[in-house]
Amino acid sequence: MSQADLTMEGHTTGLTVGPAFSIPTKKLAMWLFIIADTMTFAACLVAYGFLRNGTPNWPRPFPGITNVALMTFILLTSSLTMLIGLRSARAGDKAGAFRWTMITAALGIAFAALHIREWLELIDQGMTLFKNPWGTGLFGASFFSITGLHLTHVSCGVIALIVVGVRYKGGRYNADDIEVLGLYWHFVDLVWMFVVPLVYLLNLAH
Amino acid sequence: MTTAEQHKSSGIGKDLIVYVCLLALAGLQFFIAYQHIDAAQMFWRMLTVAFVEAALAMLFFMHLWNEKRAFLWFVVIFTVSVLLGMQYGWTDAFRMLVGAAPFSR
Repeated sequence: MSQADLTMEGHTTGLTVGPAFSIPTKKLAMWLFIIADTMTFAACLVAYGFLRNGTPNWPRPFPGITNVALMTFILLTSSLTMLIGLRSARAGDKAGAFRWTMITAALGIAFAALHIREWLELIDQGMTLFKNPWGTGLFGASFFSITGLHLTHVSCGVIALIVVGVRYKGGRYNADDIEVLGLYWHFVDLVWMFVVPLVYLLNLAH
Repeated sequence: MTTAEQHKSSGIGKDLIVYVCLLALAGLQFFIAYQHIDAAQMFWRMLTVAFVEAALAMLFFMHLWNEKRAFLWFVVIFTVSVLLGMQYGWTDAFRMLVGAAPFSR
């Protein structure tokens, strides 16, 4: 065997040894999406912080924390149910994995319903994208943009949970697909941990 | 050991502990919101708690802790670098606050 053959062989082996970081391709793709989406949310929150910091009469319209606390509890709990679903899938318990995935989707729907109810209350009080009764109109634009982007993620996540859950039950998807979807769902939860203090808690009317 | 194998080997206890910790930290954020401190202090305290929550969620709920260390460092270094890069404009926000920006009226 020549030196060239050895080099070629070594090179080929190096290329086909496995995916980057030894992570399955779908999972790596989801991680890269999550990193990119982190930048999107971070840009929105930094822009929001910039406006809030530079605006003296920033509105503080939230009278209490009951609704946002309940939404936070629901979303955190949905992360736990997602983990239980993944654990069931890994153990080969198809019925259990499907059940917990659907429970996670139901919690996502409850979160979205509470969110929409809150939006409707604020709209009833006169808040739109461009104006509100409390101060600068930028508050409405930034609030609806950030929470709307998050709500879009939750809604897409709920649809994905139902689709993946049903297909997993039908045998078309496996536990790896549940795990990849779980990454997305935990990310949605993670973003909410920053939205709550910056958008809600710093704007409490007290 | 792969991530899948580690899923099997560790019980649900760890997930529950992390879940309770996250609930407690979320509660701490709500507690801080009712403290009589200035907005800047409140912001930094809440942001610190949020980063701890995010770290717990990424490491244990998203199982980053079980992945290869090279991947963990890739995610952390890449993400933190870009997040830090976004912070260049804050001095201008303070300038607008002092100078009363047009859109603030």
